[in-house]
Amino acid sequence: MPDTTAVFAPGDLVRTYGHDPVHHTRLPRYARGKLGVVVEPEGFAPLADVRSQGRDDAPVEMIYAVRFSARELWGEGDHEVVLDLSQSYLEAADVR
Amino acid sequence: MSGDHDDAVISRQVRRLETLLEEKGIVGGDTVDEVIDGFLSGASPLNGAKVVARAWTDPGFKARLLADGSAAVAELGFSSGGVQPQRLRVAENTESVHNVVVCTLCSCYPLRLLGPSPGWYKSEAYRSRVVREPLAVLAEFGVELGEAVSVRVWDSSAETRYMVLPRRPAGTEALTEPELVSLVTRNGLIGTAVV
Repeated sequence: MPDTTAVFAPGDLVRTYGHDPVHHTRLPRYARGKLGVVVEPEGFAPLADVRSQGRDDAPVEMIYAVRFSARELWGEGDHEVVLDLSQSYLEAADVR
Repeated sequence: MSGDHDDAVISRQVRRLETLLEEKGIVGGDTVDEVIDGFLSGASPLNGAKVVARAWTDPGFKARLLADGSAAVAELGFSSGGVQPQRLRVAENTESVHNVVVCTLCSCYPLRLLGPSPGWYKSEAYRSRVVREPLAVLAEFGVELGEAVSVRVWDSSAETRYMVLPRRPAGTEALTEPELVSLVTRNGLIGTAVV
């Protein structure tokens, strides 16, 4: 039974996980361990990391659009990048 | 991983799978072609252009499009299609923000609204560079943005597809909706051109 509530709300500060899994993941390498701001919850989907391993027990999770500054991602630049990220890629962050 | 696709390898695997399905009598010889043709015949940048022209001329539709892209394009008869539900998010270009779309992990793309994706969209160079140096990439496409315009790059994954709503060109107040449709280009819908 999927959790039917979103843990994060628009404007929440989040940090992506920083590890490098051996399996498929949809957190791009360039955005690992970075601070971002939730744009909006997008809807539920099975976690691709588990489903791609051929398992049928993938948790159904909220996917969030999360906005990152270029400076946070690359150390330079003035643009922003928005990524779609599953809930288990994210943890609440308090410090900017 | 999906970032490591090699077109030749994938093509061989797909052909082999198709042959096996035919040999075992699971799929008829022409069925795959019929399904692909049927899907692609409904996939064209003209669809995205119609969505944009409607948004330029109908403020109510534009508001619905930006709030819930999937539902709004369905009003014009465009469903998302595909093998799994896909959400459409429309990003509006304004005086101060220019949007551009990419998929760094693979090549996610709103096919139904933009037609088959251009080769460069799937290239390693575009995918790796546009998130890092979008101004340089946009300049190579001939897009020069003013100092006051900030760039927002939308990096898609499987569940959501992105389309850019370009700014309506100045001096087009007298044009009809069909005339506006003809102004909208595929690259304008990706964000690698202004309209």
